[in-house]
Amino acid sequence: MARYIIRRLLWSVLLLGIVSAVVFVLFYVFPSADPAQLRAGRQANADQIAAIRESLGLDQSILTQFWIYIKGVFTPLDLPGTDSHGPLYFGRSYQSNADVKDVIFSDLPATGLLVFGAVVVWLAVAFPVGIISAIRQRTLLDRSTMITTLIFISAPVFWLGLVALYLFSKDVGVFPIFPGIGSYSQADDFLGRVGSMLLPWAVLAAATAAIYARYLRSQMIDVMEEDYIRTARAKGLPERRVIARHVLRSAVTPIVTLLGLDVAVLLAGNAILTETVFNIPGVGAETFNAIKRSDLPMIQGITLFGAFFIVTLNLLVDIAYAYLDPRVRYR
Amino acid sequence: MSDAPLLQMEDLRVHFDTDEGIVKAVDGVSLVVNRGEMLGIVGESGSGKSVANMTILGLTRASNASISGRISFEGKELTTMEGEELRAIRGNEISMIFQDPLSSLHPFYKVGRQLVEAVRVHQDVSKEAALARSIELLGLVGIPDPERRVGEYPHEFSGGMRQRVMIAMALTNDPKLLIADEPTTALDVTTQAQILKLIERLRQEFGMAVIMITHDLGVVAEVADRVMVMYAGRGVESGTLEQVFYDPQHPYTWGLLGSLTRIDRPRTARLAQIAGQPPSLISLPEGCHFRNRCPHSFAKCTSTPPLEQRGGEPGHTDRCWLDPERKQALRVVSTGEFGLEAA
Repeated sequence: MARYIIRRLLWSVLLLGIVSAVVFVLFYVFPSADPAQLRAGRQANADQIAAIRESLGLDQSILTQFWIYIKGVFTPLDLPGTDSHGPLYFGRSYQSNADVKDVIFSDLPATGLLVFGAVVVWLAVAFPVGIISAIRQRTLLDRSTMITTLIFISAPVFWLGLVALYLFSKDVGVFPIFPGIGSYSQADDFLGRVGSMLLPWAVLAAATAAIYARYLRSQMIDVMEEDYIRTARAKGLPERRVIARHVLRSAVTPIVTLLGLDVAVLLAGNAILTETVFNIPGVGAETFNAIKRSDLPMIQGITLFGAFFIVTLNLLVDIAYAYLDPRVRYR
Repeated sequence: MSDAPLLQMEDLRVHFDTDEGIVKAVDGVSLVVNRGEMLGIVGESGSGKSVANMTILGLTRASNASISGRISFEGKELTTMEGEELRAIRGNEISMIFQDPLSSLHPFYKVGRQLVEAVRVHQDVSKEAALARSIELLGLVGIPDPERRVGEYPHEFSGGMRQRVMIAMALTNDPKLLIADEPTTALDVTTQAQILKLIERLRQEFGMAVIMITHDLGVVAEVADRVMVMYAGRGVESGTLEQVFYDPQHPYTWGLLGSLTRIDRPRTARLAQIAGQPPSLISLPEGCHFRNRCPHSFAKCTSTPPLEQRGGEPGHTDRCWLDPERKQALRVVSTGEFGLEAA
């Protein structure tokens, strides 16, 4: 197992290297707009643009730029006076001139709180719903629950978010029971932030909770057909124990895989819609701004952070799988 | 009490309502199991032998199933029994082992844990005591080094060893009846023989009755005291092993016996087979279920013959309208071909 993990870690580093190269090529070789021109503003003349281009290092050859970029990201030390700025140096934002990694680190807490809260909400909803639907298979309760989940899956987040704000937010809501728009930035303590997250959690969790509930239900229904569940019943186990210890144990395993990837993708900035609707200053909102302004160092930094989360959580999922399913053994 | 049969099934019917129609998986099965005896139930796939036996433990109670008839176990009615009472029977007084021992054990739990669970669901003992009992049981069913193997997962066992684990689990609470549903079908031939011997040995040690469900007449011939032949949801013939094998009354039984491979026959002799296919359980023929495939069917076969003593000795029953005398004559012709002489 240790050997497997080490090998996976080495692969992960290589993978991140490849991702950086691809991102670099995508955004520098085929930029959506000339960053220097964007930076220079509307009334800049050719000399100003050339000066900006030079200051951003965009006048150098692509290979040189890539080398500077790779050096910045992977040099472990910050050496003042040289072009080594410590690890994870993606350059400075074209927009704010702030160090990209500082911006991302300052965005992560909001996204982290949003994502982990939403995970708790969607699991807390999906498990009971999925389990009850599976046990009460084909009853009216099951059918109506499954139709409701379909509605939530089909509802786009931006629509659901706006409806939620319209109905429940403190300032503009019809039933103002939740703290509302923009209040994350205004909250000055942790509890205040949690309060401001209630609505975003519900909105972000809605579709995923519905997907997980359906998935858990179908997994459980499959598992209930297994011979070993018949054995568990034939042993004389109470039905509760059959479900909790035998059916769920098998049905949950694939859900762990799903969960790991979903969390990674959300941390990587995929909560973009929820963050935008609720004005949460997280990685997703930052992505949106960076793309809007062709802020290449930002985009690059966010993408690589995202890739890092995905690679890491993938590894964690695979390790967890070996513990969940004893038939899986890594070498 | 000890003279009364351990288990008595009367006119059991288990029908499943499916999209294609009503599947009459079991359509009138009656049988008796006496204390300590081994009853062999023979029939091809889809004859209802598994469903009938799973119904004993209430394992076929799906929302689309309708069950009628009676199953009486030591005077208690099982078809309507529910909740705690039923659980106290399952795995305790009646236990069951299944065809595929790999899929019948939970893949994620160690064998020991699954055995401990079986002990503790019916006995109020500590985990340590239950584990000790599990190790003892594994030893009893012939698993070498049980102290070590109790900590292994099912996939680390071979097929035969897994079936031994299932048997150990079934024996946990000293059952009065063991239902073995094709316990050797998924195993290779040498392992089959070992498992059969093991079940036979344990039956004598534990004094329990066994229902041995199989499609293999050879298995029945080896271990059963009495035999019931099932076809399309019904028992068509029932009697002692000798009665059914040496004086078969039902044309389906003749066919089954005739399709046995025999080492004492010339290899060039063609293996007899029963013409046609078993009927769909959704649209069963009126009357005798075998009549469409039976070379001897006649007008009366459109009404259902009850399972009763006809041409056989006392205790030997069958479901065939043919006149016993005529059966003798027909069978000589048929079984002559099959290598069986009339008794």
